[in-house]
Amino acid sequence: MSDMNSGDYIRIEHVTKRFGSFHAVDDAHFSIRPGEFFSLLGPSGCGKTTLLRMIAGFEFPTEGEIYIDGQPVTGVPANKRPTNMVFQSYAIFPHLDVYDNVAYGLRKAKLPKAELDRRVKEALGMIRMDGFENRRADQMSGGQRQRVALARALVNRPKVLLLDEPLGALDKKLREQMQFELRMLQQQVGITFIFVTHDQEEALSLSDRIAVMQKGKVLQIASPRELYESPNCREVADFIGTMNFMPGVVKSIEPKVAVVEVEGLGLINSPLPEDYSFAAVGSEVLIGARPEKLDVVRGAPHPGEKGVKGTIGACAYLGDRNHYQVTIEGRAAPLQVATEQGDRSTLASFSPGEHVTVSWGDNSMVLLPKS
Amino acid sequence: MSAQPLKKIGERSWGITIFAFLYLAFLYAPMLVLPVFSFADQKVIDFPIKGFTTHWYEEMFAKPEMHKALWNSIQVGVIASLTATLFGLLAAKAITRYAIPGKSIAMGLISLPLFIPEILLGLALLIILNVAGVTLSLLTIAAGHVLLCTPFSMAVLVARLDGFDKSLEEASLDLGESGWMTFWRVTFPLIMPAVVSSLLLTFIVSFDEFLLAFFLQGTEQTLPLYIWSGLRFPSNFPPTLALGSIILVVSIVLVVFAEWLRQAGTGGGKMKVGV
Repeated sequence: MSDMNSGDYIRIEHVTKRFGSFHAVDDAHFSIRPGEFFSLLGPSGCGKTTLLRMIAGFEFPTEGEIYIDGQPVTGVPANKRPTNMVFQSYAIFPHLDVYDNVAYGLRKAKLPKAELDRRVKEALGMIRMDGFENRRADQMSGGQRQRVALARALVNRPKVLLLDEPLGALDKKLREQMQFELRMLQQQVGITFIFVTHDQEEALSLSDRIAVMQKGKVLQIASPRELYESPNCREVADFIGTMNFMPGVVKSIEPKVAVVEVEGLGLINSPLPEDYSFAAVGSEVLIGARPEKLDVVRGAPHPGEKGVKGTIGACAYLGDRNHYQVTIEGRAAPLQVATEQGDRSTLASFSPGEHVTVSWGDNSMVLLPKS
Repeated sequence: MSAQPLKKIGERSWGITIFAFLYLAFLYAPMLVLPVFSFADQKVIDFPIKGFTTHWYEEMFAKPEMHKALWNSIQVGVIASLTATLFGLLAAKAITRYAIPGKSIAMGLISLPLFIPEILLGLALLIILNVAGVTLSLLTIAAGHVLLCTPFSMAVLVARLDGFDKSLEEASLDLGESGWMTFWRVTFPLIMPAVVSSLLLTFIVSFDEFLLAFFLQGTEQTLPLYIWSGLRFPSNFPPTLALGSIILVVSIVLVVFAEWLRQAGTGGGKMKVGV
């Protein structure tokens, strides 16, 4: 965000899209940087695809403006925009072979034959599909079709590549491999990617920045780390990973820290987020804690940390970690705690009914508006 | 849905099998009368059949009026099927691709000629053409047939365009192509089987149609009109049966082929996604 010159390669200015009285996208307002891998993340129906289709030129905003590379494109149709799209269904033309699919846009651009041939071959090489020129869509696997769709879009050298859940139809193993390839490809071509997904792990592992959307609204735009470590509201925290939510009351605001009283846990010091206008002294807030930011110990909490006594309820063995539900006296909801599975001697180190201490440091907690 | 295997018809339900065969016999057996008597060596339609002959076919093929009527019917059929398929394509594209107000009303109106008694339709058209001072000819017959054929064409093409992955057209637009060229580079090649199916189907509808042709004819006859006029003379009857048999066979072959094309063509647009 520091680089203001290049910070607004794509500008979405107060864009709203209504279908009848339904707000598909509600006042989206943000910028995307050149060369950025930017994701629109949210549950189905959150408006992410509608927003992508407005950037592509398949839908047009009811209100607001869209700029690409400084040019207003709000009313420009898809065939006149410097964007190309990879469709969820890939949309490989079934009556054309791989070569003609990839050459489709170049033929429209009336490229000289030799140049066209060179560019198509180059694009096929980039996605390691050389030798597949004469295959048709029904003679390819899902992963291959996906790569052809990528080549068909990238061969036109768009300013922005739009990807509409392109990995959704692939099985898990292939999806992970394609995620890796996508990221490599993006670094190789250096084009801005806008990626729509409902899969938070996918968004976290691929993106430079993510816009989390819900019910047509953009809730937060931040790097994966920022989103995970400092979500700005309950919805974001809930959508990305799991989190314990604990209602509390602000007792005082110290420099950099809010002191919040939480039922059953006493006074909790939570780092202040950038915008803490919601946290006036005496107001109700939420304290959030990721399960892995808490720990379960026998006896006293870790040195320098705070703790509270509790009883192990359910536990689950998850291979690389253990998941516990710890019941705290004076709290209705048990705390979710995830402990790392260290060396093999600590296997299933706590059992249900055991009296333990939940331990946390000051940086474990996140201060959130009551919502 | 539970995964109960479908019961095979015929395994236990003999009743329904027998019923199905009786039903098919009831539908199609009468039509066999034509070919059977067209080969019978007798002038009067009567059992028992006295002998086998191809004489009636030879007599029928020797008639120049028959050739003329056949050629007229082909001309009318080609004009009607081409025009109706063009109209049907435009209607189907509008219905499946655009949000138009009154869409279902428009579809209903296009289909209406199928449900109005043809005799009334023919009469009404005849009055209008008279008032407008249009000379009746093969063209007026073709125009009347367009009215009957367009709903068939529309039905075939709407089905095809509906089962068509619309992101294919969007992908073409996205790659820079205009709407018009997208139609020619993507949509048309993919709906080609349905277009051919529509052409065959509407050709047959026109080729076999009698009532509208009867009202709208000028000085020239189509094949069904020729058959009708031939029936007035008993001596013409056996050759007419021969002609009817040929029309029957050709119609069945074309319709089956059109249906096969239509079904074969539904696979193209949507791809199964998988590895």
